[in-house]
Amino acid sequence: MEHIELFFKSIFIDNMVFATFLGMCSYLAVSKKVSTAVGLGAAVIFVLAITVPLNWLLDQYILQEGALKWLGAEYADYDLSFLSFIMFIATIATMVQLVEIIVEKFSPSLYNSLGIFLPLIAVNCAILGGSLFMQSREIASLGLALNYGVSSGIGWFLAIVAIAAIREKIRYSNVPPALRGLGITFIITGLMAIGFMSFGGMLTGGDEEVKDKVETVKVEDVLDDETIDELKEIANNTKKTLE
Amino acid sequence: MGLLSKKDANLILDPLADNNPITIQVLGICSALAITAELEASIVMSVSVLFVLGVGNVVISLLRNIIPSKIRIIVQLIVVATLVIIVDLVLKAFAYELSKTLSVFVGLIITNCIIMGRFEAFALGNGPWRSFLDGIGNAVGYAAILIIVGFFRELLGSGTLLGIPILGDPIEKTGLYSIGYENNGFMLLSPMALIVVGIIIWVQRSRNKALIED
Repeated sequence: MEHIELFFKSIFIDNMVFATFLGMCSYLAVSKKVSTAVGLGAAVIFVLAITVPLNWLLDQYILQEGALKWLGAEYADYDLSFLSFIMFIATIATMVQLVEIIVEKFSPSLYNSLGIFLPLIAVNCAILGGSLFMQSREIASLGLALNYGVSSGIGWFLAIVAIAAIREKIRYSNVPPALRGLGITFIITGLMAIGFMSFGGMLTGGDEEVKDKVETVKVEDVLDDETIDELKEIANNTKKTLE
Repeated sequence: MGLLSKKDANLILDPLADNNPITIQVLGICSALAITAELEASIVMSVSVLFVLGVGNVVISLLRNIIPSKIRIIVQLIVVATLVIIVDLVLKAFAYELSKTLSVFVGLIITNCIIMGRFEAFALGNGPWRSFLDGIGNAVGYAAILIIVGFFRELLGSGTLLGIPILGDPIEKTGLYSIGYENNGFMLLSPMALIVVGIIIWVQRSRNKALIED
């Protein structure tokens, strides 16, 4: 359940492009044709699926406060979280380079379709943003981190393919000259973002209802009168002994 | 302009309008949009980028003859990441609340395309002083858009500027609110940032026909 919730939440509600504006630069620059958009989108999913879990491990076992405990008790006090930016970006840059080399060696056809996008991706905000959000949202397990990486990648993929499709069609429309190209893309993205906001009620609405109920539960509803009296007695006794 | 030759002055002035990093070069959009709901956050973000881009450009320009071109991306990333860590720690120490609002977007200055773009396009091929001017110019161009967007979103969205009420008190119905004006809460939501930038681009291109695409 947790996995399904995170999956849909990262694709639709916290969509990287529409909710947090991550990876906007490549989103705007590479969305003129659907085929290239699909290539870049796939590469983003791929790289996020690798780097988010990897950075999760780094965060859990090296960077967090007290994460170095596994080295021995004397390391338990270290807090290296200020290093996370540099560690994350170094991991991402190395992984992208590594993936590029491996893909080139073992799957030339995949390399031909993804390869040209990989160097672009090392500096894509969506990739670093994925790791930073993973850290700040305190994703609980490695499985969830992998899920988060893949699903936010899919969200980004959806967004760039959708805008590329719209841009292919809008070429035939009569847009005011000054708005052509970049301007209209911004405004369409804004409208799409408003559309995606309607997904917001999908999960959070239900959550809030449950929370409200939990908050209003009273002691009297859960425990019967006898147990309450007993507890009061115990509390009074401890008070007396303390005095 | 005794200090700056005409060519140097253009390095600063060009990115302000006709070669603006956001509206013309389309770089660094991510952070420009996400944090502009309040003017204060926009200003702090602009100052952070100004610092990182100015110093980073100088550092890269000084190193430009030593860096092997194959690993230059990683070297650039390390330089930016170090500068961003400095900014992040300073913000956490002196403006903790604000650094909470900016959350991950301070970290995302690292992958802000303006910075990598200027390193690649300018600092790798020019001396430190010119690179510094170029960095400052581009950061100011970026700041200009951020501040315009932040200004309109905060003014129309919450009726305040830098947290100070400008249009009166919405609860006690003073000022503009007494004649029935309402805040447009929609301006505070993220999609409006895109639309505001879209409108800025529209205005800029209608004034300067040379910038119109196809």
